[in-house]
Amino acid sequence: MALLFRSRTLLPGAVLTLLFTLAALISLVWVPYDTTVVDIANRMKPPSWLHPFGTDQFGRDILSMIMVGARTSIAVALVAVGIGMAVGVPLGLAAAARKGGLMDEIIMRANDLVFAFPSLLIAVMITAVFGASALNAIIAIGIFNIPVFARLTRGAALSLWNREYILAARVAGKGSARISLEHILPNVANLLIVQGTIQFSLGILAEAGLSYVGLGAQPPTASWGRMLADSQTMISLAPHLALFPGLAILLTVLGLNLLGDGLRDSLDPKLRRART
Amino acid sequence: MLQYFLKRLLSLGLSLVAASVVIFLALEVVPGDPASYMLGLNAQEDTLAALRQELGLGGSILERYTAWAGGLLVGDFGTSYTYRTPVAGMIADRLWVSLPLALYALVLSTLIAFPAGIWAASRRGSHADGAIMGVTQLGIAIPNFWFAMLMVLVFAINLRWFSAGGFPGWDAGFFVALKALTLPAIALALPQASILTRVIRSSLLDTLGEDFIRTARAKGLSKGQALWRHAVRNALIPVLTILGLQFSFLLAGAIIIENVFFLPGLGRLVFQSISARDIIVVESVVMLLVFAVIVVNFAVDMTYAWVDPRLRRRR
Repeated sequence: MALLFRSRTLLPGAVLTLLFTLAALISLVWVPYDTTVVDIANRMKPPSWLHPFGTDQFGRDILSMIMVGARTSIAVALVAVGIGMAVGVPLGLAAAARKGGLMDEIIMRANDLVFAFPSLLIAVMITAVFGASALNAIIAIGIFNIPVFARLTRGAALSLWNREYILAARVAGKGSARISLEHILPNVANLLIVQGTIQFSLGILAEAGLSYVGLGAQPPTASWGRMLADSQTMISLAPHLALFPGLAILLTVLGLNLLGDGLRDSLDPKLRRART
Repeated sequence: MLQYFLKRLLSLGLSLVAASVVIFLALEVVPGDPASYMLGLNAQEDTLAALRQELGLGGSILERYTAWAGGLLVGDFGTSYTYRTPVAGMIADRLWVSLPLALYALVLSTLIAFPAGIWAASRRGSHADGAIMGVTQLGIAIPNFWFAMLMVLVFAINLRWFSAGGFPGWDAGFFVALKALTLPAIALALPQASILTRVIRSSLLDTLGEDFIRTARAKGLSKGQALWRHAVRNALIPVLTILGLQFSFLLAGAIIIENVFFLPGLGRLVFQSISARDIIVVESVVMLLVFAVIVVNFAVDMTYAWVDPRLRRRR
């Protein structure tokens, strides 16, 4: 618990993140209004006691839409970070274990290649081939995450390989795969958690962007990005349609970034410096 | 230097070949035949065959790849399936919107980030530093297309200072065109400026802690003189990397922002081509953007080596 107060950013970050995670979880069992029911009589109503965030052009409650949308955003970003870690971390560990070897060279060059494709371009290509869907957005953001985690893991692992305790483990007869798993991985875990939080927030932004241009989640799945796209033509008539989904994205991403900063400061005092 | 340059040039060439293979293979597996898409369901088999021949869809994968990649080398990007016009011409038209937009945003981001970053670093821990850091935290978290929509609401719909979208073309006059690109450029620049400000600040703080700054102060330079003469120049190296990376983010980010403002740039072209299954256009635009990213990063590496000879030996 003391950990929560060691950094100025950790607490607000954790609260915001928790808030949106809870909104997503609660939406699984309960939302104020059914988001699949059209209620034309109540369309584009400004915020009121009945609808705290107002209603959209089909009379759907925006608070409920945002809660369901949180589910989409969080699920897409979480799975995408999972893909990035599941593939990137083993690659980084393998590259570091045989530094300068053929394996290292191939992994790092492949990483450079993926790095040359901005995530949006990966998404564009995947959509051109398989069509737009939340799953394809996950794959696109996930692929983009792989080199991020591979590079980070390799860099951190390389410096650990020179330590005495690794030498001791070698002398004890452990192979490099076992050393990587038992000694390197636990020591880079903190770094991975911090980077994971940051990639998570980037994933949420990417998902919103993709859904906004129609490359992400498709109707009837609620998504913050698509709510914004739908609100665009009506922005002068009903600004609240655009206000709340945007705020939701902003606050979630801000929360995750603050949480990432705070975690880094708390978990590793050596890294305590202005985040870039 | 020459040896380093040649080595990097070789790896640049290899990256471009690898990228083109990836793009070609990825889009080659697209289900559906462009020829039958263009001619509709009732097309005769021999007409289809003739059209496939015309579009260069015959032959093995290897033949098609060499034809496409060879064409790219001499500036022939093939013929659009839907418009039946050369892709190169279509891209060139759109590039006159997307490239100036990305450059405009890059200039804005640099103009904001350098003063803000240097100021924050020189007053570390002050209220000004705190405020700048707070604003950048927001700038990183804000989705830029949402920020763009809010700007349209305020500056185009309510205040009527700008038009809400569209592009009159450069023929309408330089400043008229530039004005149409201003809101999109600000939206694109905001997150990048925030990141850049943070990079400049932290890089400068690192440099200010070095011994040579103490030496400079000891020999009688004022704080400001030490900052400008010694610290800023040395702090530039990490900043250069980020600037290079940002250019690619700006080009790719323009794809979304162009959609907010209905700008006829590469981004709109890509989306129209995806919905029309005009794969050759998608292929060529993606390749062009990846080419830009790889070349810009190469240029950044070269600038490094030129600015800081230590880096040449280290690699």
